[in-house]
Amino acid sequence: MADGHDWGSGPGPVSLTRVRTRRSTGEQAIKVVLAGAAVLSVLTTTGIVFTLLNESTKFFGDVPVADFFFGTDWAPLAGGESQSFGVVPLLWSTLYLTFIALIVAVPLGLGVGIYLAEYASPRVRKTLKPIVEVLAGVPTIVFGFFALTFFTPLLQDIGLNVRVFNGLSGGIILGILVLPTIASVSEDAMSAVPQSLREGAFGLGAAKWQVVVRVVFPAALSGIVAALVLGASRAIGETVVILVASGNNPNLTFDLDVAHQNMAAFIANVARADVSAGSTAYATIFAVGTTLFVLTFALNLVAIRVVRKYRQVYE
Amino acid sequence: MSVAESAVTRRIVERASSGERTKELLFRASLLLCLFITMLFLGVLLIDVALDGVPLLTPEFITNFPSRLDAGRSGIRPALIGTLYLGVLCAAFIVPMGVAAAVYLEEYADSERWYNRMIEVNIQNLASVPSVVYGILGLAFIVRGPIDIWGLGQGSPTLLAGALTLGLLVLPVVIIVSREAIRAVPPSIREGSLALGATQWQTIWKQVLPGSVAGIATGVILALSRAIGETAPLILVGATAFRLTDPTIDGPFSALPIAIFNAAGEPRAEFQILAAGAIVVLLVVLLLMNSVAIYLRNRYEQKW
Repeated sequence: MADGHDWGSGPGPVSLTRVRTRRSTGEQAIKVVLAGAAVLSVLTTTGIVFTLLNESTKFFGDVPVADFFFGTDWAPLAGGESQSFGVVPLLWSTLYLTFIALIVAVPLGLGVGIYLAEYASPRVRKTLKPIVEVLAGVPTIVFGFFALTFFTPLLQDIGLNVRVFNGLSGGIILGILVLPTIASVSEDAMSAVPQSLREGAFGLGAAKWQVVVRVVFPAALSGIVAALVLGASRAIGETVVILVASGNNPNLTFDLDVAHQNMAAFIANVARADVSAGSTAYATIFAVGTTLFVLTFALNLVAIRVVRKYRQVYE
Repeated sequence: MSVAESAVTRRIVERASSGERTKELLFRASLLLCLFITMLFLGVLLIDVALDGVPLLTPEFITNFPSRLDAGRSGIRPALIGTLYLGVLCAAFIVPMGVAAAVYLEEYADSERWYNRMIEVNIQNLASVPSVVYGILGLAFIVRGPIDIWGLGQGSPTLLAGALTLGLLVLPVVIIVSREAIRAVPPSIREGSLALGATQWQTIWKQVLPGSVAGIATGVILALSRAIGETAPLILVGATAFRLTDPTIDGPFSALPIAIFNAAGEPRAEFQILAAGAIVVLLVVLLLMNSVAIYLRNRYEQKW
């Protein structure tokens, strides 16, 4: 041995191999059980992917892939000749509603985030933060009800020509729904920027707003981008607000006065409609579900990557 | 520096700083405007729902079964009971599974190993999967599929299937929050316990878990409030609003979000308004749960 000790021999030879006792077997068993619980999450993902792929394969046995992804005529529940599976309108309405939601949520969410992180006194912050969290905890069905019975009539009262089910109300309220996510994640990111950076900027004579916009904001950019991506991913996958407020068919148009339907709302709508299991119309759930899953999954990977790649590490 | 020069400099500095001051004010005002709009939406939403809903809250509204004919006698009994059952069953599922997974990842897993990293990334990803996709999983895998456990559903919707679907949906939240709570227990506590001869599991059971119970409980309640408020997965697994019997674990069921959803879609105004009453009940349930969370956090929080 390098250090001159011969561990294996000596006056009383000591065995260093681990002895399996009842105690250590028990410990090992516990570890295996706990690991099993952690593996459940992997099984969940496997289950989701398997279900989606399995049923989508059946769907694409009936409907050519190109017809699905490039077709602009979407009528999966129609009967006979008029049935058609072009997903473009549904994809368009999904992305368009998300875009409207982000137009509302990004400025408001970042404004609230910046205010909480940089301007609010500790006392104000201590009251405002829980209120923003309350907003985040309100069930989405409540937002849907509010959009349908309060916000849409309000839009009509101020002279807009929106239908009872329309994209404008759904999109804006969807924005209010994702606002707290953007506010609280971006606030965390800005609060994590070390004080010394701010003090340095103040020392150079910068005004408060310059410190915030030119120092804190760029330093927290990775977290802020993650906040935006998370918000977008929530908006894309939201079901009930759109289902309740925006109607039952997608529309390949910029017009927000008419109905728009996103992918999640479509899935829920088919599930509650009387569509016989095993039909192609029913299998559409899974093809659309796969598209939605891939979209949100990709967004989430982007968020994780952005955070990992651009995160500034401060001590 | 001459007197004249210094006066000029001062004027330049003052003018610049007054421009800065305007910008500063504008910036601050726009932030406050954002905050105001946000609060306005929250306030109007809560007030609107309360104005519509609170007058509906009579004992009959809580204890009656829903009615398609008489809005005045329609109630939310099966929906409320369904939601309470869902909450209890969901808790019975997510507490052991979530805490066990969190303990494994924090206390046992070697995060250098690829499979442990895979589990972590996987949990992060699961947290962002849309709830309707969990609904698809519940429909295809639990209601009709291979894990229709104990053959309860026979392909038809059951409360247990709904609870399991909601449990899978919020499990990532429980794991993530529990991990943070466990991580907050300082290593010195573990080292002290191990040095006294306790095994790793004894250390976890007697030191780490009691030390992190407040954080874990908070996480569980947050997750449960999310589960109870979910609508989309329940639509997918087949919850229906018009139940004229109390729900059972192995039978068809309703839940508050489903009752709200159904009422909101009613063309008749006197039925549509019932949604507001159910919303108030749901919000009260959520408020109670969150108060419990805050109480637990304050009562049992450990300061190291």
